[in-house]
Amino acid sequence: MLSPVFLSQLRRLLPPHSVLFEREDLMPFESDGLSAYRNVPDVVVLPENEAQVAAILQLCHAEKVAVVARGAGTGLAAGALPIDGAVLLVLSKLNQIKDIDPLARTATVQPGVRNLAISEAAAAHGLYYAPDPSSQIACSIGGNVAENSGGVHCLKYGLTVHNILKLRAFAITGELLEIGSDTLDAAGYDLLALMTGSEGMLAVITEVTVKLLPRPQRAQVVLAAFDDVAKAGAAVGNIIAAGVIPAGLEMMDRLAIQAAEAFVHAGYPLDCEALLLCEVDGVNEEVSDDIFTVREVLTASGATEIRTAESEEQRLRFWAGRKAAFPAVGRLAPDYYCMDGTIPRAQLPHVLQRISEMSAECGLAVANVFHAGDGNLHPLILFDANQPGELHKAESFGGKILELCVAVGGTITGEHGVGLEKINQMCAQFSTPELVRFHEVKAAFDPHRLLNPGKAVPELHRCAEWGAMHISGGQLPHPELPRF
Amino acid sequence: MLSEFTERIRAAHANGSPLVIQGGGSKTFYGNPDEGEVLGTRTLSGVVDYQPKELVLTARAGTSLAEIEALLAEQNQMLAFEPPHFGGAATLGGCVASGLSGPRRPYAGAVRDFVLGVRIIDGTGQPLRFGGQVIKNVAGYDVSRLMVGALGTLGLITEVSLKVLPQPAAETTLQFELDEAAAIEKMNRMAGQPLPLSATSWHAGLLTVRLSGATSAVQAAQARLGGEVLKDAAPFWLRLRDHATPFFEVRPAASNQQLWRLAVKPTTPPLKLGDAQWIEWGGAVRWLVSDLPAAALFAAATGCGGHATLFRGKAPAEGVFNPLTPALLTLHRNLKQRFDPRGILNRGRLYPDF
Repeated sequence: MLSPVFLSQLRRLLPPHSVLFEREDLMPFESDGLSAYRNVPDVVVLPENEAQVAAILQLCHAEKVAVVARGAGTGLAAGALPIDGAVLLVLSKLNQIKDIDPLARTATVQPGVRNLAISEAAAAHGLYYAPDPSSQIACSIGGNVAENSGGVHCLKYGLTVHNILKLRAFAITGELLEIGSDTLDAAGYDLLALMTGSEGMLAVITEVTVKLLPRPQRAQVVLAAFDDVAKAGAAVGNIIAAGVIPAGLEMMDRLAIQAAEAFVHAGYPLDCEALLLCEVDGVNEEVSDDIFTVREVLTASGATEIRTAESEEQRLRFWAGRKAAFPAVGRLAPDYYCMDGTIPRAQLPHVLQRISEMSAECGLAVANVFHAGDGNLHPLILFDANQPGELHKAESFGGKILELCVAVGGTITGEHGVGLEKINQMCAQFSTPELVRFHEVKAAFDPHRLLNPGKAVPELHRCAEWGAMHISGGQLPHPELPRF
Repeated sequence: MLSEFTERIRAAHANGSPLVIQGGGSKTFYGNPDEGEVLGTRTLSGVVDYQPKELVLTARAGTSLAEIEALLAEQNQMLAFEPPHFGGAATLGGCVASGLSGPRRPYAGAVRDFVLGVRIIDGTGQPLRFGGQVIKNVAGYDVSRLMVGALGTLGLITEVSLKVLPQPAAETTLQFELDEAAAIEKMNRMAGQPLPLSATSWHAGLLTVRLSGATSAVQAAQARLGGEVLKDAAPFWLRLRDHATPFFEVRPAASNQQLWRLAVKPTTPPLKLGDAQWIEWGGAVRWLVSDLPAAALFAAATGCGGHATLFRGKAPAEGVFNPLTPALLTLHRNLKQRFDPRGILNRGRLYPDF
């Protein structure tokens, strides 16, 4: 609980409508996009300018009160989950597009600006902002930077870290940090990369300068059906080996295809085990060449059916099924739990086989949606939270999937972040000295651990406790640590 | 093989005796002067893994860029950031530690954009691994990219995983006679169009533009842009990448003329800082041969949204890199302190006081 003295100090810093402390006002902030994790915040502040952000941080620093920064709250890893005794710092009122420079191809925006709003504002100049997380109509750019968000076009256009130039951010002391520059690099350490994906643990972002790209002249998508998931997986590697870098390369398995088709009637073939959507973009002539190459490779890779979208309307329909995959799968069960592991693509058949075995073992169905081009797997575990024990079962199954991803040389999170959700699996991916170094990176910015404490990087004792539950082959993961 | 390095760094950490990390020695001119015992990385050599279909290559730090590029070329792939070799036996470790990229950088990305993971030994002798071999990975802070351009001050890089890309099927170079202001404007206008640009350069009234991509795309862009085709253009871009033209040569010490790199907002109008300039990266980099004082050039670059580096010449008191704001300098010192508490790795190479 926060002290009444602290709350009154906080209220002196902000206009009355910018401080929420009544329970009914706080309820909407109890979770982010991962609604299985809930905690009503003690207080919510909604600053309207940088000076207010700085003042809030100064006060929290002086009083040693923790701060959880939050944008649109669409994150999927409980990274913006309120913490007891902390201030929830919501940046949604900082929502101005401050500048678009069409010649330099940049947009300077406040953190609460929605991802899609940037592309909409840039469209008049034939430009757009490339990273397109599926939540792009709602998620905000500050959160995108905090999570290093991706989307379906990462293989060709990169993640957030590849598409930003400069940040204004405030340290927990209230001191302004200007990170990056208006050019392509900056002096000193790459703090821009360090900030990107730091999950609100290092500083609070108040302004982002993003790169804008020219809109491709043309985009075209090919749909291919396979009677075997392994063949579809091999086709992905073959397309890349043929020298084509698709703008988007997505895979769905049987359950995901059926769910999507039933939901949006995209016209997907239903008698197949896997579907690939391969989009190429660029200048007109290049797209024609690439489509030809892609079709040849897909045929040689054993596709049972290949269709090329012949119109923009058809292209959008092909994509509609994939883009609606999550809600479509959501119709199959009361709840679903989305995982975010990334694997080397060659491991796909093995990983899908193991997921299917684990699914049978625990009795929960899984639909697989896959950013195939960059190896990012989104298994959707179906469950019913109203059935006692099922949420726990789903979480435990999900955890095992992530550990499998690490075991085959991948990572526990490709684009959603660690947050609170995957914090135990961090112990599987990193050794103790590496986790220590992460804590020290945080300490370099925030020595009193006031920014989003307890998220993203596990405490070592947490790993010890978690490790004790995961003893395999009689070997403890961290024998050097004391056990509790 | 690694243990000899961890032991060496542990001992140096214990004694507080500085080490100077050296790969192929192609970039010894770059950065501030450092001193200490040389820790050579060439024995840490070899490609560990290369999966063309995964677009990922992993190699030990002492592997030469030439060896890596030859291996990639066999599969029609490349390092898309076009790293400079500077005429020497440049290694992968040095390439990543220096963070320097070549002519393709504004259109394809920098070395930092292609680093997927690193293995390092920190300043206490502790081996650590960050990132991995997959293209998307947001678990933990991005320490891999923090190593890029840190000039070895945060750890000895022992292994790097990189994303690689297919080589373009076709390449053409066009030239246009244009004055500086018009060239800067054209570079920026072109970059806002869907054109297969892969490099731009302006020097002495001549704008040179490289197009790379599918044959049809390059042909279409060429028809649209006009200009004169520069035949046999590869050596031109190679010389620019490696600074192997007289413009970039070190001037006699007596002349006080030094080679500066000013990174600025790409639309910055012509800098009134003398005639000896070479523009690259779509206007974002202005190479300058100048005898102006360091403070003036740091201020000029900062005023244009960027930063200046004394690339080749005698280090001024401020150091060769643009001074940091006090807030950022504190963060740099804090990070250095955490990764290398006794300051033994490349002490002073990045900033004179750490």
